[in-house]
Amino acid sequence: MSTGKFALDGALFRKMAKAIGLPVVGIAVFLVLWAVVADHIHTSLGTFPGPEAVAVQSENLYQDYQQAQEKKAQFYQMQEERNAKLLAQNPNYKAVIYPYTGQPTFVSQIGTSLVTVLSGFILASLIAIPLGIAIGLSAGLHAAVNPIIQILRPVSPLAWLPLVTIVVSAVYVSNDPMFSKSYLVSMITVLLCCLWPTIINTAVGVAAISQDLTNVSRVLRLNWWTHVRKIVVPSALPMMFTGLRLSLSIAWMVLIAAEMLAQNPGLGKFVWDEFQNGSSDSLSRIMVAVIVIGLIGFMLDRTMLLLQRWISWDKKSVLR
Amino acid sequence: MNQTAYLEISQVSIEFPTPTGPFVALDGVDLKIAKGEFVSLIGHSGCGKSTVLNIVAGLYQATHGGVILEGREVTEPGPERAVVFQNHSLLPWLTAYENVELAVKQVFKGKKSKSEMREWIEHNMKLVHMDHAMHKRPDEISGGMKQRVGIARALAMQPKVMLMDEPFGALDALTRAHLQDSLMEIQADLQNTVIMITHDVDEAVLLSDRIVMMTNGPAATVGEILTIDLPRPRDRLVLADNPTYNHYRHEVLKFLYEKQRKVAH
Repeated sequence: MSTGKFALDGALFRKMAKAIGLPVVGIAVFLVLWAVVADHIHTSLGTFPGPEAVAVQSENLYQDYQQAQEKKAQFYQMQEERNAKLLAQNPNYKAVIYPYTGQPTFVSQIGTSLVTVLSGFILASLIAIPLGIAIGLSAGLHAAVNPIIQILRPVSPLAWLPLVTIVVSAVYVSNDPMFSKSYLVSMITVLLCCLWPTIINTAVGVAAISQDLTNVSRVLRLNWWTHVRKIVVPSALPMMFTGLRLSLSIAWMVLIAAEMLAQNPGLGKFVWDEFQNGSSDSLSRIMVAVIVIGLIGFMLDRTMLLLQRWISWDKKSVLR
Repeated sequence: MNQTAYLEISQVSIEFPTPTGPFVALDGVDLKIAKGEFVSLIGHSGCGKSTVLNIVAGLYQATHGGVILEGREVTEPGPERAVVFQNHSLLPWLTAYENVELAVKQVFKGKKSKSEMREWIEHNMKLVHMDHAMHKRPDEISGGMKQRVGIARALAMQPKVMLMDEPFGALDALTRAHLQDSLMEIQADLQNTVIMITHDVDEAVLLSDRIVMMTNGPAATVGEILTIDLPRPRDRLVLADNPTYNHYRHEVLKFLYEKQRKVAH
């Protein structure tokens, strides 16, 4: 008995060691390699940052953020105190609160990037999914639209950006703009680049619906809308999600480049500013951004996966 | 034949275009079926049995000739010609109940109230002995159970004619026997008009009023028609020793393996 239990524990232990131990070993090896290689790269801004320098800078960036938060809180508190005082002197006084206009912090830049990428991605999906379904259902439409998709698909965001910038400046004219131009330019560039995988994969998924299910639909004389809702969408869902995940990862990659050039106050601008700044800390701060960009990209993909698991009817299918 | 034709398949031919010219799959298929009759189509694989069924269903269009059901020509698919597909064709993302519901909602929209629809779905589930697993999804039930749900879906459409495309072909022998018994039970109750495709001689003799034997393709057509004059209800165990039953069996086998011997390829 005891040996059996021990054997079981041994198996469990090995399993745990594999699941947790191997990734830890992988990361450790990577860190060591990074440290060694970084030490041998000498640049105009000093030695290339190793893991230690990056850790220090991420701590600094976090402190900057906390200080900014304090400043912001103080700023608003001051205003409230002043308003209270003026109100006490003159009951008719109309209180005004001025918005805080400090430098964007690293954390607020992450927020800006996330908002920009998600709005671009969601808008793109709202266009791409219906379009993909329509293309998948109609061989004629597919033939008509496919060449355009294939030509526009590989276009680099850097080629779109100048066009988008000029068009936004010309079209989006407002005295009281709801969105900043830099946001619109980045968002639209993201949208243009991440449309394609969703369109293509949705169309492929829709076109691959089994003939049997289509026959069921025909025998039942389902109308077009019920057919799409009950048969087309559920059966194309896995491919649709494959497309959405590809689109989101492209969106995130494109966003950083777009923000650099459009000067949208997100992570891309952070990297650009640090590059222009050229202080001895710049390289390590950019490395912090690189790691954060990677982590967020990973997180976005996992979120899509969770969403797929949640929506998918086939809970048994292995999703990775 | 002096019976009144409820369903008439009249001089049906179909050609499929191929790169080397049109392929004639069926040539001059002629068949009259009376109301409440159970007819089996039997023949070697590739002889176009399924094509006949698909033309009656309206899924294919005959090149020449046509199908008339109750005096009306069939031009498109519709629920009054419900199909039980060979591989069940249930929507995998819906439960058994929801699969039948999709059909019921489509056929009885505006004719039955919500609660009447529910009763009707449950009634049909009971008919096929699936009321205990109504709320399971197709991937949670066995192949035989899926086929039962497929039959329930077809029955629930209250079709004028039920078209069964090798409904039990993919099942093991025991499950198949169970389903055949269920089908006979339901037939005794409802007296549906049924066309069933099969390649199982015993199944054909056991279930049918008439067996339509088809010649080999290309240009397949009706070879012989055998009327099965066995009293109902039929019991497979009793029939196993019945000389008339065995005579019918022999007739079909003779047609399939002597007159229409499939050339091996």
